[in-house]
Amino acid sequence: MADILTIGIGGAAGDGTKEAGAALGTLLAELGYEVFMSIANPSLIRGGHNFARLSFGAEKIWCDRDKLDVLVALNEESITLHQNELSPNAVIFADELTPAVTAARGANAVALPMAATAIAIGAPAVARNSVALGALGYLLDLDLAGLQKILQRIFQNKKPELNLKLAQTGFEFLKKTGLAPLKKIKPGQTKKEFLDGNVAFAKGLLAAGLDFYVAYPMTPATSILHFLAGEQKNRKLKVIQPENELAAINLALGVAYAGKRVAVGSATGGFTLMQEAFSFAGGAELPLVVAVAQRQAPATGVPTFSSQADLRLAIHAGHGEFPRLVIAPGDPAEAFLAGAVGLNLAWQYQTPVIVLLDKIVSEHPATSQLTADQIKIESGKIAAKTGSDYRRYEITADGLSPLAFPGTPDIVVKITSYEHGEKGITTEDPELVKAMVNKRFAKAAALATEMVQQETVKIYGDQEAETAVIFWGSTKGPVLEAAKYFDRPLKLVQIIWLEPFDVGRVSAALAKVKKIINVEGNHNAQLAALIREKTGLEVSANILKYDSRPFDPIELAQQINLLNHE
Amino acid sequence: MNNLATTAKITWCPGCPNSAILVAFRQTVAELIEAKKIKPENIVIGAGIGCHGKIADYLNLNSFTSLHGRILPALTGIKCANPQLTVISFSGDGDSFSEGLEHLLHAARRNSDLKVFLHDNQVFALTTGQVTALSPKGYKGKSTPDGSWEEPFLPLPLLLEAGATFLARTYAGDIAGTKKIMLAAIAHRGFAFVEIIQPCLIFFDTREYFKDRLCPLPADFPVQDKNAVREFLAQPDTQTPVGIFYQVVKPTYEEQLWR
Repeated sequence: MADILTIGIGGAAGDGTKEAGAALGTLLAELGYEVFMSIANPSLIRGGHNFARLSFGAEKIWCDRDKLDVLVALNEESITLHQNELSPNAVIFADELTPAVTAARGANAVALPMAATAIAIGAPAVARNSVALGALGYLLDLDLAGLQKILQRIFQNKKPELNLKLAQTGFEFLKKTGLAPLKKIKPGQTKKEFLDGNVAFAKGLLAAGLDFYVAYPMTPATSILHFLAGEQKNRKLKVIQPENELAAINLALGVAYAGKRVAVGSATGGFTLMQEAFSFAGGAELPLVVAVAQRQAPATGVPTFSSQADLRLAIHAGHGEFPRLVIAPGDPAEAFLAGAVGLNLAWQYQTPVIVLLDKIVSEHPATSQLTADQIKIESGKIAAKTGSDYRRYEITADGLSPLAFPGTPDIVVKITSYEHGEKGITTEDPELVKAMVNKRFAKAAALATEMVQQETVKIYGDQEAETAVIFWGSTKGPVLEAAKYFDRPLKLVQIIWLEPFDVGRVSAALAKVKKIINVEGNHNAQLAALIREKTGLEVSANILKYDSRPFDPIELAQQINLLNHE
Repeated sequence: MNNLATTAKITWCPGCPNSAILVAFRQTVAELIEAKKIKPENIVIGAGIGCHGKIADYLNLNSFTSLHGRILPALTGIKCANPQLTVISFSGDGDSFSEGLEHLLHAARRNSDLKVFLHDNQVFALTTGQVTALSPKGYKGKSTPDGSWEEPFLPLPLLLEAGATFLARTYAGDIAGTKKIMLAAIAHRGFAFVEIIQPCLIFFDTREYFKDRLCPLPADFPVQDKNAVREFLAQPDTQTPVGIFYQVVKPTYEEQLWR
């Protein structure tokens, strides 16, 4: 089994555990390691327990591990809560060796003067994480100069001198204790980007020419808003935060009507507020990408924890029948592609697109290879010449009417939420109503032909195995990580496009297997029901988790091994 | 030249003052185009849902007919995406004071460069006569057979406090007066709100009520003095003055977005 080390950083909300984890993850990625980081944070600004857990090694890591080799404890609670997860000979860094630290079983507890060093050099208390970062550098057997070179880049906009000084102190302090570095694991061959699915998705939108992003904050979609807001200074991008979700999506529809490429984003709760306008986008054929990040529901639910309970909500979103695309990426690299492909297809097919994320895809960073150079901006069917006979909803064989925008001489562009004739004027004529429904579903048929060239379904593992494991979204991580512990190789089938559904590929992937095990983060096995609906195939067993926490890959491997032997 | 009419059949009730608003607006646009103050392709008409909303079908201009109550965010999006466009919204009291009030107030707060022409008939007419947020206390509609016991909003004071930079009131029956105010609102840079009193002949015929109450604003009305306007609007409700109540210049949302 591949060598993997796991480092946990725990503290109170406000202690900067997530930022410290991100800096460490970037450092490890710079060194060439594959990294996955999970974030556990209650919905609090201050207080409460925050925990960042990073697993890294030479080979791709799909999901972090429970067992900790190092624990950076920024408060005592981090030890009491995580002492059962410590590996034998684990190292603990804490400001003081309180009874809780010394009681932690079999661990090498080091009293690392993090806070004291920060205070001594006049740094803010939260900068004490950099002392731990330096000490970790020593523990990972890095040379100080190399470490500092990377940290210089990581902290280039965040007081580099101060952070480097703190890291150096930590490095040298630990070296003096005589503690031996951990068993060195070799990094991989290629350097990758360390980023989460929200940032990757946003980069995908940018690669496909995003002009506007409009959102009202809601966890776990908020960091898309933050990231893109920061990108405005370097590009023509505009980011708007209006009064609520209803305003956000309706504002975006105005942007699309005026000819600019736009996306909105929210958690599933915020998306339910957008339903009526989502339907309007479908009926009025306005191109729009909606990022929908799942979290544990119903209602406000468990806001900062995960869920996969909104598959049905996404594929049935909005009243009435109209074409839409729903893509569910399983990791940051797929989130990037979903953002880029989604925005292009929204314009090519003049219809709304959902990129269905969840807390884990959205917020858990992993080393990823983005394929930005493969993305071209697809503008869709733009009217070549326009005259007074321009019809925004001209009926054509493929259902696609040429696009034109207000401000074009000699034409009028009329959009309405009512059913309409070719010129965009309200109609109740039954023949015309039917013709417009048929026109929109001609687009759906054309969109379905895109599936051939898109990654609608991915298959991993043993293609010939008699047992298949099926999954979607962030469950990809724990399933692929669990696969490292299967008794025998299995066929692993990830569904990425939920609507349109690739019946051909899914049927082909599952037709010959004798047993189908479905793994989902919900109570009702929504994917299993969708597969039965679309292909007639029944799953043999469901492994479902709906306690708002991620699957643990080791536990999952045991469950799958058991089911496979039944 | 742009013919401002479409082939759509007008389905407002015979005699409905909405037709007078349509006439006033067509005259307004024709005058602006003729004077080369605006190109027809750069006008976008917005409409919500309600009797007022049909106006978009009757105007051969770019138009966006939104969902009920959501016209203002849509128009903000259009203006943000293409600041060259002149963006004019028709809305109703049900559309923008009952369903979509938050958008109206926030658009005013931002001083978004939109013109809102509010068809104020103080009733839900398209749904055959129910109380709106502007219906007077005691209004007997199908959902309030014994009379409403809710107090209505007063549009002009509410919009003044929200941050509108242009406030006016006109009477739909007065086509020349309405046109004059529409021209001034369109010339204003920033959020312009025009309350157009539009009696509903079927569900709330207020023609008699307004006949003796309508009066022009005093000639030297202090349109730039917010406190004076506020005080004037707080006076006992015995008359219904029409004219421009308030007009100040402030940076618009969209020009700041593109700064």
